[in-house]
Amino acid sequence: MKEQREILPVLIEILQSYAQDPGLVVTEETSLTADLELDSVKLLDLMMEIEDRFDVSIPMNLLPDIHTVGDLAKKLEELVS
Amino acid sequence: MSLFERFRHIAALREEFSRVGDNPFNIVIEEALSATEAVVNGRRTILAGTNNYLGLTFDPRCIAAGCEALEHQGTGTTGSRMANGTYAGHLALERELAQFFGCPSAIVFSTGYLANLGILSTLPGAGTPVLLDADSHASIYDGCRLGNGEVIRFRHNDPADLDRRLGRLGERAAGALIVVEGIYSMLGDQAPLTEIVEVKKRHGAYLVVDEAHSLGVLGTGGRGLAEQVGVADEVDFIVGTFSKSLGAVGGFCVSKWPQLEDVRYAMRPYIFTASSSPAVIESTRMALRILEQEGSALRERLWDNAHRLYRGLLELGFSLGPETSPVVAVTLGRSKETALAVWHQLLARGVYVNLVMPPATPGTNCLLRCSLSAAHSRDQVDRIIDAFSSLREQVAAC
Repeated sequence: MKEQREILPVLIEILQSYAQDPGLVVTEETSLTADLELDSVKLLDLMMEIEDRFDVSIPMNLLPDIHTVGDLAKKLEELVS
Repeated sequence: MSLFERFRHIAALREEFSRVGDNPFNIVIEEALSATEAVVNGRRTILAGTNNYLGLTFDPRCIAAGCEALEHQGTGTTGSRMANGTYAGHLALERELAQFFGCPSAIVFSTGYLANLGILSTLPGAGTPVLLDADSHASIYDGCRLGNGEVIRFRHNDPADLDRRLGRLGERAAGALIVVEGIYSMLGDQAPLTEIVEVKKRHGAYLVVDEAHSLGVLGTGGRGLAEQVGVADEVDFIVGTFSKSLGAVGGFCVSKWPQLEDVRYAMRPYIFTASSSPAVIESTRMALRILEQEGSALRERLWDNAHRLYRGLLELGFSLGPETSPVVAVTLGRSKETALAVWHQLLARGVYVNLVMPPATPGTNCLLRCSLSAAHSRDQVDRIIDAFSSLREQVAAC
């Protein structure tokens, strides 16, 4: 079972490549929409990549509750377990 | 904060459009002259951005059937299918659709959008996995959002990716609902349905195929992609529309499962809206009859036009969708301004096509979506090609 502290660095590495602003440093507090500037389609594509990386399903219905990188890491921890 | 703050970006875009000329998302057909021509901005214009695949909107038999219903049954039903809005014609159309597809059940909806909304919001129960092709139409996404299923996307036209995602569900994959389209509306590409059916069978899932753009267009009998590739028996639900090949408005779902009849009474988008007017129902019934009796010849003309346009634009060096189809998508660059300028120049040359911008497009590029009709003449198709030819440099600069 993966814990959040194992998930977070992998997640940050993936998300860094999605950042529109190359100077942005992605942290647990980074907002997926406001800071990473991901529109709805890019957000869905990102989720597919994360699903494959962690071999897990993240149903679209969960997305409204995920705002920050930390929220996503927490949700992934639940799903992976 | 103002209620309208969230729409400021739309206001900015509208302002930008109005500076350049016509708003491509608010074009007015001043007069429809035929299935393939209309007056736009006072100019006779070839319509190459409709979904009038068989060109039946001006078929005199469909018009006569609609007129007769209008005269004898009135302008509208003024009620829901579950109240006073089911006329004999609605039931007759359901019987005829069921017969056409060889299914025991059929339901007629007021629009194609509502058909997807009804089926996808109601069939999957709480937690039922629903696997959508990533490039699915908005009505499919919206239907899922309205329901309680657990929605998972798979990569566009990728059965291996679907297989992997179903595999992750373990035992829950049995009973999952897979949703694909016969022809995808933006690029005109077809689903790899044979392979998707294999995946569906391996996991014990159900399959919905939206044949909105493939009804009348594919299959020896015009029943769509499932008929064309010989897997109709393996498809659990076919959803479709009357507003494309059948030249009217409305939607339907047919199924090999007779229990669809029970689902009818649980679908809010079916219950809480007015039913189609008798004129629409009767013109649709006539169009379906024409599709059955004369569809083969119409399809031949449609595909001849599709090949002619696809080949013509390809020879001019345009970047097109992956396969020949009655939907021919010309891929432009990312610049919305340049795409808008090219679209305006096509219109000025008397050719109307659909301008599609991200996020409505697959990927990040703008598209000029052309669609063909059996009613287009070869001369009209050549004029569409000529109009594009004169804009080659601008498109290359996009």
